[in-house]
Amino acid sequence: MVGLVVVSHSAKAAEGIAEVAAQMGSADAEIVPAGGTPDGGIGTSADRIREAIESADAGDGVVVLVDLGSAVMNAELAIEMLDAEDSDVEVEIADAPILEGTLNAAVTAAGSKATVESVVASAEDAWDYRKLN
Amino acid sequence: MADRETQRAAVIAAVERVADRMTAEKTYLTELDSAIGDADHGANMARGFEAVREKIADADADADPGDLVKTVGVTLISEVGGASGPLYGGSIMSASTELADGITAESSVAFAEAYLAKVKDRGGAELGAKTMVDALTPAVHTYKKSIETDDLPPLEALAKAVDAAERGVNYTVPLRAQKGRASYLGWRSVGHQDPGATSTLFIMEELLATAEEYLDGDVDLEQDATSPTSPDDAEESAAEGDDDDTADDDTADDDTGGD
Repeated sequence: MVGLVVVSHSAKAAEGIAEVAAQMGSADAEIVPAGGTPDGGIGTSADRIREAIESADAGDGVVVLVDLGSAVMNAELAIEMLDAEDSDVEVEIADAPILEGTLNAAVTAAGSKATVESVVASAEDAWDYRKLN
Repeated sequence: MADRETQRAAVIAAVERVADRMTAEKTYLTELDSAIGDADHGANMARGFEAVREKIADADADADPGDLVKTVGVTLISEVGGASGPLYGGSIMSASTELADGITAESSVAFAEAYLAKVKDRGGAELGAKTMVDALTPAVHTYKKSIETDDLPPLEALAKAVDAAERGVNYTVPLRAQKGRASYLGWRSVGHQDPGATSTLFIMEELLATAEEYLDGDVDLEQDATSPTSPDDAEESAAEGDDDDTADDDTADDDTGGD
């Protein structure tokens, strides 16, 4: 099972997105929210993301879903920190809309054959969804 | 070791100055950021550098100057929300390896270049995107040229770099933002000065002030040194203090583009 980390500027948004994604039927993937700054403000934290990645990993790697600007930078920094610690967790950031991407990723991640690549691909498929015909 | 002590003292003095400046400019930086961003730049920078001030005060008395600079970066990563954390902190942390053998004219140029490269890489911003890169790029290029080509003393090189950064800040005003939260505003970002370029300039100004203080002898660290003070020694040591500051300078970049 591939783990997921949801990184938003708002802790509430990250928790809410994880909550919605966890409802997806068979999707019992590990989804860890990592939103907001350590003091509860709006923003993102590399330390918090790194801890979330370690907590989401069940051995098959982790896919990180992000919202805006610094969420991407702090997620990249968190991965660099893990690399510097010789972590063996396989981690990728998905280039996807955060809510739809997390839903898609959650469905794929729960599958027994899920890989980091297949979960990233499914998150990025979310770009194709239209809300209005 | 006089040189190493001087460098340490200069790094610590620079941190104090930058922390004071960020706290003093908190409201101004936030005003700039409220026009085209999320109005947190002043608060983030002030909180980050106040944390750095405390961390440096607690640092091991034997820490190398390069390690102190690394501590600045690591602390900013942990304490600054927003893009300033990874941009300033991550870039300082990664460039600090250039200072492993001490702060010299040569290593400060290497630090400056590594810092700029990391900021650009992390933020994905090039010149003209209305970010801190617009202040930092001319500053780093000017510093390098002044040291390596024009053979200027580090203090003069740093003063020229600050002038270049100031022109860079002014250059951000008419630009349309292409990175960070400001890019969502499109043309409405035109006419506003970039907050990250501005905080970069402030940090560089404080590094220059630190260098001037040390080099002009207001603080005579040579007296604490164990080595004799020949004119040559004094010059060399002064140059190193300078570099220190410079290094920090570069280090200080910020929140350019991200949100």
